[in-house]
Amino acid sequence: MIQVEDLVKTFRVHRRPPGMRAALRSVFRRKYEIVRAVDGVSFRIERGERVGFLGPNGAGKTTTLKVLSGLLHPTAGKVSVAGFEPRRREAAFLKRITLVMGQKNQLLWDLPASETYALNRALFDVPRAEFDETMAELDQLLDLTNLSTKPTRQLSLGERMKCELAAALLHRPTTLFLDEPTIGLDVSMQVAIREFIRSYNQRYEATVLLTSHYMQDVTALCPRVIVIDKGHLIYDGDLRALVRKMAPNKLVSFTLAGPITPDQLERLGDVVSADGVRVVLRVPQSRLREVVSHSLASLPVVDLSVEDPPVEDIMRQLFRPDDGTTARDPESAAGPA
Amino acid sequence: MPSETLPAWRAALRATPTLLRVGVAETVAYRVEFVIWMMTTTLPLIMLGLWTSVAAEAPFAQFGQREFVAYYIAVLIVRNLTGSWVVWQINEEIRRGLLSFRLLRPVHPFVTYAASHLASVPMRSVIAIPFAVILLISSAREILVTDPVMLLVLAASLLGAWLITFFILLMIGAVGLFVDKSVAVFEVYMGFFAVLSGYLVPPALMPGWVASIAKWTPFPSMLGFPVQLAIGSYHRRLDALGDLAIQWGWVVLVIVAALAVWRAGIRRYEAFGS
Repeated sequence: MIQVEDLVKTFRVHRRPPGMRAALRSVFRRKYEIVRAVDGVSFRIERGERVGFLGPNGAGKTTTLKVLSGLLHPTAGKVSVAGFEPRRREAAFLKRITLVMGQKNQLLWDLPASETYALNRALFDVPRAEFDETMAELDQLLDLTNLSTKPTRQLSLGERMKCELAAALLHRPTTLFLDEPTIGLDVSMQVAIREFIRSYNQRYEATVLLTSHYMQDVTALCPRVIVIDKGHLIYDGDLRALVRKMAPNKLVSFTLAGPITPDQLERLGDVVSADGVRVVLRVPQSRLREVVSHSLASLPVVDLSVEDPPVEDIMRQLFRPDDGTTARDPESAAGPA
Repeated sequence: MPSETLPAWRAALRATPTLLRVGVAETVAYRVEFVIWMMTTTLPLIMLGLWTSVAAEAPFAQFGQREFVAYYIAVLIVRNLTGSWVVWQINEEIRRGLLSFRLLRPVHPFVTYAASHLASVPMRSVIAIPFAVILLISSAREILVTDPVMLLVLAASLLGAWLITFFILLMIGAVGLFVDKSVAVFEVYMGFFAVLSGYLVPPALMPGWVASIAKWTPFPSMLGFPVQLAIGSYHRRLDALGDLAIQWGWVVLVIVAALAVWRAGIRRYEAFGS
């Protein structure tokens, strides 16, 4: 279980204008500014939950993950992970957690990944039999065959991430902090990593806190999302509920047997796109039943589907920077997409 | 789940054989870079050339050509066995944010750094051994230490020299947690080391005021002491044991200082991030 109460993390940041004069002046006199990277964030995550941690760049996601894993000390507030205070970084705590950072890797660069596994086995004091069993399972879930014996530098990005996950999980942690684990990977590799995370979560009842800029990661894996912006928590709850609140419209897509007039379409809803016989309409939730029945009855419909708007659109709306409504409360930001 | 958490020292001890094995694998993987790096520690050969020409006509102080050959080849061997690149390693890990992975492992980073650097000693011997052979077949062999007790003291002094050098460099690396790059601090350190350790000039030939400053620093214990033991400059066991005690006093002091700087640096890292 993860418990965070009124977490605050501030940093002192050196600022200077561009140019030689400013550079020289900064040698003698530096100007610092206090930045509140995380500002009064509270949440609780139960064991076995998979939670998406969302926010724009600089929102405070990685800082929060580093506090939860014990790499950064909170400036204020209380943090507890699996019953431990992370800042103490006790050995028993470190054996229960892992932090995967998609943009950094712990694998020994010029050696095969198997050497990093051996190193981590020794450092985490994993008994040989348990190590063999875990590696067999990870091999099965991640398809590591032929990867572990190649030097890390010769692995592709996706292969490296698979080995990275294996190295991070071979001590069977029960709390996973995953910071952009699919960044830069192609679509099929993203799907494979997602499937792996889901399987690991189910097999070990592991708690997963995931940040990702790929909304497919979040929608496929996380029933619950925590959204932060500028260090403040602005939403904590069910992802579907967030989508419903932020976008009370549905997208209705038709494939038609033949062309129809624009008038016929506009009577049904806002036209998002109309490309010959393929049409997408935005329809308020309250009119959905009526529009679908009417379309099926009066139009030459070959195929029809109803979807929520993409989560990316919801997030863009949530973090809209210039209208002063950067939604502290998504209720207030809700409206036509 | 991993086995029950062991006390820190036992966990480190159990992990050490694997750390050493992986360390050797890493050293071998970087073999070309490693050999090039080792070749950069051949300054003693240049000093040997200079001093032997000075002593060609007549001995300089009590040093003849034979003494200079023995001294500088021994310097090269000791330097090869005790040098370390941990300053660059720590700076790089801080800059690239990789130190986090080290901090998330349940064994103290000092143990993992020390094991990987100790593991490079066998490979360093590849460079040091040919010079040792030259030393043994040259006329300088006549002055080398042969007393078994002094040989034991020499072995202990080599370990002491390795520990002092490693922990001072680790401390300088940890300064990188306070300033952007502590490699600049290393350059200053290297200046003092070259002058005060006996790297450029044998302690017996140092000006009086330099020698009197040097004896209050750890530098002679890092190089001059084991070298002088090897070339038979100590005639009394008691003198050698006395200097060994001083050297190990420095070992303790330097480890304590390195731990203090590291802890303060990590506290700062935890407060401000990488």
